[in-house]
Amino acid sequence: MSLSPEVCKTMYTMMWRIRLFEEEADRQTNLGNVVGTLHMYCGEEAIAVGVCSQLRTDDYVLGTHRSHGHCLAKGASIDKMMAELFGKATGTCGGKGGSMHVADFSLNMLGANGIVGAGIGPTTGTALASKLRHTDQVSICFFGDGAAARGTFHEAIMMGSLWKLPVVYVCENNQYQQWVPRKNVAVIDSVADMAGSYAIPGVSINGQDALEVYEVAGEAVARARRGEGPTLIEARTYRFYGHSLGDEQQYRTSDEVEKWKSNSDPIQLLGATMKERGWLTDEEDGNIQQQAAAEVKKAVEFAEQSPWPTLANLETDVTSHSLGVA
Amino acid sequence: MKTMAFNEAIRTALHEEMQRDESVFVIGEDVATHGGPYKVTDGIAEAFPGRIFETPIAEAGIVGIGVGAAMAGMRPVVELMYLDFVTCAMDEVVNQAAKMRYMTGGQARVPMVIRLPCGIGRLLAAQHSQILESWFMHVPGLQVVVPSTPADAKGLFKTAVRSPDPVMFFEYKRIYTSKGEVPEGDYTIPIGQADVKREGEDATVVAIGPMVQKSLEAAVLLEDDGYDIEVVDPRSLSPLDVDTICESVRKTGRAIVCGEDSTFAGAASEIAAMIGENCFGDLKAPVRRIGSPHVPMPFSSELVKHVVPEKSHVIEAVNQSMAA
Repeated sequence: MSLSPEVCKTMYTMMWRIRLFEEEADRQTNLGNVVGTLHMYCGEEAIAVGVCSQLRTDDYVLGTHRSHGHCLAKGASIDKMMAELFGKATGTCGGKGGSMHVADFSLNMLGANGIVGAGIGPTTGTALASKLRHTDQVSICFFGDGAAARGTFHEAIMMGSLWKLPVVYVCENNQYQQWVPRKNVAVIDSVADMAGSYAIPGVSINGQDALEVYEVAGEAVARARRGEGPTLIEARTYRFYGHSLGDEQQYRTSDEVEKWKSNSDPIQLLGATMKERGWLTDEEDGNIQQQAAAEVKKAVEFAEQSPWPTLANLETDVTSHSLGVA
Repeated sequence: MKTMAFNEAIRTALHEEMQRDESVFVIGEDVATHGGPYKVTDGIAEAFPGRIFETPIAEAGIVGIGVGAAMAGMRPVVELMYLDFVTCAMDEVVNQAAKMRYMTGGQARVPMVIRLPCGIGRLLAAQHSQILESWFMHVPGLQVVVPSTPADAKGLFKTAVRSPDPVMFFEYKRIYTSKGEVPEGDYTIPIGQADVKREGEDATVVAIGPMVQKSLEAAVLLEDDGYDIEVVDPRSLSPLDVDTICESVRKTGRAIVCGEDSTFAGAASEIAAMIGENCFGDLKAPVRRIGSPHVPMPFSSELVKHVVPEKSHVIEAVNQSMAA
């Protein structure tokens, strides 16, 4: 897909949808409607949207504990996503997963994942499935810089390369591994440099720039679809919120956060570029934001009005032997 | 019927399932070149080129790839060279394979078989001889299958491959070469259905894995003492066929539960507790457990003989139960 005003507008709209969805989810935690925790994707939207804009519905996406953006960018229903965060029966997972396990298998979005680095093997597996079935589906694995320290990163990428699987490994390097700055615990700066160990291309890009993400992801996806094997993309980014809710963020200064928000907000950057190119008017911009806000408002209403799961749901979906399931 | 060894029965089932269903494939260490250490995958590479993946030594990666392929609709048969190596892939088994269906509200299916050569074989000491059935019984979402005969191994393996959910398939190394009559062609045995291997009236021996054969041999010897022993093989520890086991215990009034794994917090303990809870009023004697002491598997044969239970232990336990 080549870059067009329409593609840009679609990406811009999706980025606003993700941003407002999460800000509303955060607000709903204060109201006690969303419980548990949230890992906010705010600040990283350009990556999910830039990559997923290069995908077909039948391409596979696996995510992380910070996957609201991945799920929405793959096309998941905002209503069902909000309902899942509320723990309602109408949620993407019937209220059994919550924020860390949002998934929509009808879109081949095979789930967020609560264990750091745990999606890299399974995404390599979905890619193996495509190869065995001789389809040209591509698999995308999103993971954080913290995951690049795990053995699963090494083991899975090694086999992805060995069998030239159609997979793109997308590292969202937001520079913090939970509460620890990456620079304190990493021996090399760029995750992309690790690609050399697996004989695959590694590219480091500005993850705040949706257009750069779109372009580089497009090349990697095309390469995978042609059967030429995996690519490792490191998208340098920044999380605007803490690791999860209630994070006091003593590991970074508010100046640093404010600087990233003012200079490197991916939504502002894309909007400005589009306006410079004459691809977006102020009026259209306003409409896009209003539309996204309206969708989020409707999602909250949907979640509020949805029924709770009941005891009858508790023991279903364990295995095919479990109650009520064929 | 055809006489074949336990490992040959699994190999036959694997061949037939790969013939039947193109989504079945094999992944594991040394599975192609060598056919696996116990020759279960011997000949698969020649018969099904492109459908067997010989991997680097990377268990977490292997099982993780299996999870993803299964979620994408394939049916991976994963070989872990020794059960002990599953410890290198516990996240993939426990947090991923087992929970995916539940966490996604029933969207995910993980139709994967993990083959687990387990227990004592040659003297390989503490890191190549474990069983650990109860670890996986404890995890909702996993099926724990333990065949004891070649015929059961073939039928259960076929069911495991066709199951929509992950199966931990326990293959006791010490019975890989044991032979038995195996029906030819296609047949399946339901997971979660125990088998009464011998009918009797005086005491029920619930036996797991190789203890089934030892219990049957013990039962023959106990005939001389006038005892008529029933031997029940659960065949699957999760789901567990509580009804068949309890029906037997209610009939005989005596229960001995035996496995080769550690008695402490082992599979036999769960079964014993379940019998106590459901059949207390029918019991004429306390439920007895047979298993290994709570020690890592030693190396020396002089020590090993005190670890692995034998038919003499069954005979002793039955005698105690009958005397109670």
